Amino acid sequence: MLEVENLSLGIDGRKILTDVSLSIGEGETMALFGPNGSGKTTLLKAIMGFPAYKVEMGRILFRSYDITELSMDERSRMGIGMAFQTPPVVRGVKLGDMLRLMMGRRGTVSEEKISESAERLNLTDFLPRNINLGFSGGEVKRSELLQLLVQHPDFIMLDEPDSGVDLENIHLVGDVINELLGKSKARDKSLKSALVITHAGYILDYVNPDRACIMLEGSIRCIGNPRDILREIQEKGYEECARCLSLKQ
Amino acid sequence: MFELKAIREKAKGAERKTAPLGPDIDLTIFTSEAEELDSLGALGELPPEVKEKALGAGIDAEEEARAGSFFQMDNSVLFTSSREEALEVMSITEALKKYAWLKDYWWRAVKVDADKYTAQAELKLHHGYFIRALPGSKVSLPVQACLYLNREMFSQNVHNIIIAEKGSELHIITGCTTGKGIKSGIHVGISEFFIKKNAHITFSMIHNWAEEVAVRPRSGAIVEEGGVFLSNYICMKPVRTLQMYPVAYCTGTGAIARFNSILLAHEGSSMDVGSRVILSAPHSRAEVIARTITVGGDIISRGHLVGEAPYIKAHLECRGLILKDKGRIYAIPELEGKLPNIDMSHEAAVGKIAEEEIQYLMTRGLTAEEATAAIVRGFLDIDIKGLPEQLKDEIKRATRMAEDAEHLF
Repeated sequence: MLEVENLSLGIDGRKILTDVSLSIGEGETMALFGPNGSGKTTLLKAIMGFPAYKVEMGRILFRSYDITELSMDERSRMGIGMAFQTPPVVRGVKLGDMLRLMMGRRGTVSEEKISESAERLNLTDFLPRNINLGFSGGEVKRSELLQLLVQHPDFIMLDEPDSGVDLENIHLVGDVINELLGKSKARDKSLKSALVITHAGYILDYVNPDRACIMLEGSIRCIGNPRDILREIQEKGYEECARCLSLKQ
Repeated sequence: MFELKAIREKAKGAERKTAPLGPDIDLTIFTSEAEELDSLGALGELPPEVKEKALGAGIDAEEEARAGSFFQMDNSVLFTSSREEALEVMSITEALKKYAWLKDYWWRAVKVDADKYTAQAELKLHHGYFIRALPGSKVSLPVQACLYLNREMFSQNVHNIIIAEKGSELHIITGCTTGKGIKSGIHVGISEFFIKKNAHITFSMIHNWAEEVAVRPRSGAIVEEGGVFLSNYICMKPVRTLQMYPVAYCTGTGAIARFNSILLAHEGSSMDVGSRVILSAPHSRAEVIARTITVGGDIISRGHLVGEAPYIKAHLECRGLILKDKGRIYAIPELEGKLPNIDMSHEAAVGKIAEEEIQYLMTRGLTAEEATAAIVRGFLDIDIKGLPEQLKDEIKRATRMAEDAEHLF
């Protein structure tokens, strides 16, 4: 569904990603690990089309279509969605109004679906509030998921959906992510794909990624079994990854 | 009569007195003389293009959901009506003849010799309205008043007095606008509000002027014990120069004054608009909120709160959005506290819409224009408490008309 081919990009002349290649198939979920500042969020934002990140080389294909030059809203309407780790406060725009603006842009989400989803995510009282204004960390995460439920994307990027979420809600967040991925219903064949950044890996108890990769200093390194990779990182840290990779080289 | 004579003398002394704020306007280039037109039997008799213009400023010629109406074109009062017994609506000149006591209110909340504009309103008066809610009455439907400028280079000088007697409630919408094809003129409007004990006035003013029109409103409100004065001012259309600084005096315990202003400055427009509240009674409260947008014009957004009685609470908020490279917003919030046991605060922010916010909405599928419009709409959507639904709708309509326009982008 998504192909990143030899992508190199920078911001303000500073190189952040170098020769990144990644392929995520239909229905596949990939976990993305990496230390702080390694370029994980940048990769997600580059796929989303943030204009600050200037593509120097390579291209991004979505369903075989080159989207490298497309704007964020065009990518969004094609079916790419992203849940941010720390989204901005949008003063004056109410969460409920935002969802109504998004409604019907892709697929047919109804007013009822909005109310239902908000209730499920314990966000009914947040609909008349300014987006993210005074939201706690966990509320931000749930609001991001609520927006994705309404947006209904086919390729979903989640930037640390588990950070700041309390234990009571992590199960709920996991369930909603599975719904987004079409995994909650056994016979759902909608085949959504996802790229999920996680540090602690809590979310992996609920969302089963098919593969995982590690990003170090702006490049994708290991790709493999998510559980194995997470265990290695937890046991030995990213320093060991770097050492191991340099040995391989 | 002696008092009125003394007032005229004062006015004469101020005929050349420049106002402390706003560009000075040469009043001699305008005419204040014109023959008065005959009055109408109903607002519906107004020509369609006049009705349409008035509607844009919240005035409904069909008078649906209105408790009363006042319509003045240039120097002629064309129509007045009151549909409720406890409500009086008439021209101020008629009211001055009818009620001898009205002279006690005349120039009590605004000084006649404040500047050349107040002087002109006294010396070359063309009516204005008198609206009064009788004691204990609740006029729940809004009263509408329209001041219409329909003559090129005319100076429309009006003086309005609004009285909410003890325990009464009154909602007013005033629409000021120019006729089709009118480019230049000046509107000088004096408005004096008297909110008696436990009375309640909401006053919503929509200004739809033209590119070369100068506007100098001068307003004052005296709010007695337990009284509430809520003023909403909206100006989204081009205007050459607008300067006003209405003042509310909270003179009774627990009196409340709230000012909301929504301004959009087009290229070539210059607006100097503020609101001032003098809190001179214990437990009185004030809130001044301004939302300003420039798409090339110049805005000075002022606010001044004066706390001179114990246990008062007052807040001032000026927010400005600069949507184009041209234009300026100059926010001047002032707090003046004279006692230790008072609570006064302000916040001011001026800038362009954060790119980050637009981009965030774009990731949800909105185009850059749609995202900007959503943010601007939200910015202008002040939650006005205590306003009847019809007036909330009128205010929304007045702001939407402008914000949907392409020139914002």
